[in-house]
Amino acid sequence: MALLDIRQRIGWLFTAVVLAQLVLISAQVTTRTGVPMLEVVVFGAVAEMQRLATSVIVGSRDAWQTYLSLQQVRAENERLRAQMGDLQIQLQRERALAQESRTLQALLDLREQTPLATIPAVVIAGGASPDFRTLTIDKGTGQGVESDMAVVAPAGVVGRVITPTGRAAKVQLLIDRNAAVAGLVERTRAQGLVVGTGGDRLRMEYVPGTADIRVGDQVVTSGIDGIYPKGFLIGQIESVQRGAGDYTNVVVRPAVELSALEAVLVVSPAHGARGEGQE
Amino acid sequence: MLVAVALALAMQTTLDRIVVGGTAAVDLVLVAVVCIALTMGPVAGMLAGSVAGLLQDALSSGVIGVGGLAKTVAGFLVGAIGQQFIVTAAVPRLVMFVAATAVHAVCFMGLYQLLGARIFASPLAAVATQSLGNAVMGMVAFSVMEGLPGVLERRRVTRRPR
Repeated sequence: MALLDIRQRIGWLFTAVVLAQLVLISAQVTTRTGVPMLEVVVFGAVAEMQRLATSVIVGSRDAWQTYLSLQQVRAENERLRAQMGDLQIQLQRERALAQESRTLQALLDLREQTPLATIPAVVIAGGASPDFRTLTIDKGTGQGVESDMAVVAPAGVVGRVITPTGRAAKVQLLIDRNAAVAGLVERTRAQGLVVGTGGDRLRMEYVPGTADIRVGDQVVTSGIDGIYPKGFLIGQIESVQRGAGDYTNVVVRPAVELSALEAVLVVSPAHGARGEGQE
Repeated sequence: MLVAVALALAMQTTLDRIVVGGTAAVDLVLVAVVCIALTMGPVAGMLAGSVAGLLQDALSSGVIGVGGLAKTVAGFLVGAIGQQFIVTAAVPRLVMFVAATAVHAVCFMGLYQLLGARIFASPLAAVATQSLGNAVMGMVAFSVMEGLPGVLERRRVTRRPR
């Protein structure tokens, strides 16, 4: 029965016999280094097994350590996230402070440069209605702010005070439909009336058709309206359209970014002297 | 099987002086292994080759196992082929002897060459001569094996008193 089994497994038997003889040969033959080949083969096989076992052990240890490390990394990650959130908030505060500082510095510079009496004010609110382009400042009659006082920013003219209260005032922006300011082209002194359109551009009216004006010319206040002091920048000419009539249609882009105002100066009518309400 | 191997070994020691290209002109042990493999199958061929080759190696000064391995492979292959194909005619048997000698020589010389233990001067001539010698001796052996029982029977019949 056993012989029958062996006969049915000829391949295995053949392999076993061949391997046995190879082992026998290896035991007698030495390699060039003088070590018996059998020893080399056995050592090589055992070394490979050891390598496999070591790699399994090391791999498992590394995997476990990686898992533990991941746990620590997770906790650290959460801590760092929270820290990063705090730092971002702090950074935003610092940025806001820096921006505010720059704005105030610009206002201070303007105040130093101009001989006019001014009242610094902070914008506390925008316009309540889209049809009226206004903003609210934090200074009112209590600080010397009155109606029709000009409001300027370091970049140029902002508008005028239309409704002062005790501690606040409403300012009509230049771009409001009802706003107007006497202006002149700085380069050629050509005069006109700059009016708001309700949009983000101004229109300069009553400019003679023969006036020498070009796109890019700067328009400043002429001072003849009695509200805005002379020489403040209104904006820059964006387009000039010469029609068949006596006047030229001129579109002016405001110098001040009116949607991003934070602080302004209210110009006191007492030209040449500092206002009493100034801070 | 063992008797045949022992007989072949004994005869081989007497024919060992006939050498061609550094190799014996006839390997009677291999002839015996092929005969056993063809008549008894691959397992018997393999075991006979293994035992005979190891004995031959042990009696010679070479590496023990090289001849055993070569004869094991040869015996196994011949037995396996003999099981699959009809090799009772003269020509197929002749081819089997030649092929077995070639396989044996490839394994034997190849292993020695691989181990760098021995250099064969003109292996092709030696193998060709041994193939021819083995084939002739194999055919003779088969003739004897197949004819001997009939001869013995005839002699027994003729000697029987009437």
